[in-house]
Amino acid sequence: MLKETLFSSKVLTIITHLLLIVVGVTMIVPFLWMFSTSLKDVTELYEYPPKWIPSHLNWQNYIKAMELAPFGRFYLNSLLVTFCITLGQIITACLAAYVFARIEFPGRDILFVIYLSTMIIPVQVTIIPLFLIVKQLGWFDTYQGLIIPFIARAFPIIFLRQFFMTLPKDLEDAAKVDGCGHLRFLWKILLPTARPALSTIGLFTFLFHWRDYLWPLVITNTTEMRTLPVGLRYFVSEQGTQFHYMMAASIIVTIPIVLIYLFAQKQFIKGVTMTGLKG
Amino acid sequence: MIGVMNGKKSAKFHIFKNKNIRRNFWDSMLFLSPSLVVFTVFIFIPIAMAFYLSLMKWDLLTADRQFVGLKNYIYYLTNPFFYKVLLNTVYFAAAHIPLDLIITLGLALLLNQKLKGLSFYRTIYFIPVISSMVAVSAVWIWIYEPESGGLANYVLGLFGISPLGWLHDPHWAMPAIILVSVWKGLGYNIVIFLAGLQNIPDIYYEAARIDGANAWQQFRRVTLPLLSPITYFVILMGIINSFKVFTQIEVMTPEGGPLNSTTVLNLYLYQEAFHKYRFGRASALAFIMFAIILIITKIQRSVSHKNVHYE
Repeated sequence: MLKETLFSSKVLTIITHLLLIVVGVTMIVPFLWMFSTSLKDVTELYEYPPKWIPSHLNWQNYIKAMELAPFGRFYLNSLLVTFCITLGQIITACLAAYVFARIEFPGRDILFVIYLSTMIIPVQVTIIPLFLIVKQLGWFDTYQGLIIPFIARAFPIIFLRQFFMTLPKDLEDAAKVDGCGHLRFLWKILLPTARPALSTIGLFTFLFHWRDYLWPLVITNTTEMRTLPVGLRYFVSEQGTQFHYMMAASIIVTIPIVLIYLFAQKQFIKGVTMTGLKG
Repeated sequence: MIGVMNGKKSAKFHIFKNKNIRRNFWDSMLFLSPSLVVFTVFIFIPIAMAFYLSLMKWDLLTADRQFVGLKNYIYYLTNPFFYKVLLNTVYFAAAHIPLDLIITLGLALLLNQKLKGLSFYRTIYFIPVISSMVAVSAVWIWIYEPESGGLANYVLGLFGISPLGWLHDPHWAMPAIILVSVWKGLGYNIVIFLAGLQNIPDIYYEAARIDGANAWQQFRRVTLPLLSPITYFVILMGIINSFKVFTQIEVMTPEGGPLNSTTVLNLYLYQEAFHKYRFGRASALAFIMFAIILIITKIQRSVSHKNVHYE
């Protein structure tokens, strides 16, 4: 009897692993196919059955892809834009979250509800006027246009407020007795303890805007101003059937973020479970 | 004597408090001003403008603006094409959400059995989640290639199934995109479900076992009820995200697919606004979309009050 259950539980474990491995392979195969295709010669593309290892490794596909579109520039644009948005959101969020968590004044709670309400408004609802306003400001096809509308968002504010509220109130009283102003208290005492929360929300914001697609698609015009997703999108539509270049470009776009993820996956997973939001 | 001292003290305290309140108020305003300015200029004013525009006839090309009242709304609500687009969106949601839910919950349950290699599997499943949607769409365009060379048709061929047109076939374009979307998002919901499962205390299972519950009964009576807040969250986000789906559709079928079979609300809005420059009309469409999302959230909330168990 005992032997039997042991045996069946062993079989179950093996079946479970087999299932999990099949799913794992499904997750990975498209990336392997991407990589394999990126090294193929154009003549091998349409071979049947599909060939996984190209007869000759055409690394020059990558050089060609970089020549066809300025992916270095796209990277710089994405880095600059995402970095500035993240920094902006963190600064504005620290200041606002501090107020909502630790200063009392009349009207604070109403204001907080107004802040909260911005979260339910999808970007699609505001995108046309946003486009018109940014254009009016002369920021069409500029970094300002890509960055400034997003330097404050409700989500990091709410997230940090939650964190600031967990810190003991005594902290403040002690600091006040020492004649410490709000800004100094925030800078010297709250922020150093908030470092883990800051890095979680920073990572989240960075990833969210790194992959932002609709706004850069709408607000950029010239190739020089495109961010990575938009740059790759035009590359895909321009190259049509040149799949070996397309896949080389896709690898160029995919590899760095996957590598960063593999090295920092604990933070990624923690970020997902803590923020519970999808990019 | 004592009374006088007390009075003095409280008066002094009162002034101090007032001064403090005023200082608090101005400090608060100072701290809030950056976010308040951004929200006002880039969220509040745009909402008001969007509503105003939705009542106007205004093409960027003709440049003359004209008040038309609710005509833009009526235009969409009486337009069969709008309903086709709405149906496409509902199709995406109705296929994507249950499929995603069953697969991710199933996998999370498998992974939750204190299995060896849990973090390995989780790492692998999460790779599509963090990769670029555009790059992923690009490789799937290539996988779906209907001519020889397409991996999808090759795999079908191994099972003796004749090749499909995938993104070029009006019947298969949407399923093809749904498949990519499920594949891309799996790892995310698995992580969410796993976190939920790990939060269920073992005592509940022990109690159930002592009462003689089998595995299915434990799942049905312990896991599902205690997981319901997470499931609710996953479904709600799934619906909202389905109504906002855009990137993979715009990249894989930029024109909305064969016979507009993949034109979803968000793509339609984008085309109306930024291909045809019908800013007035498109604003009305944006508000209709917003209303739909709000209604769904409301319905969901009332349904959840009945069915979600909070511990």
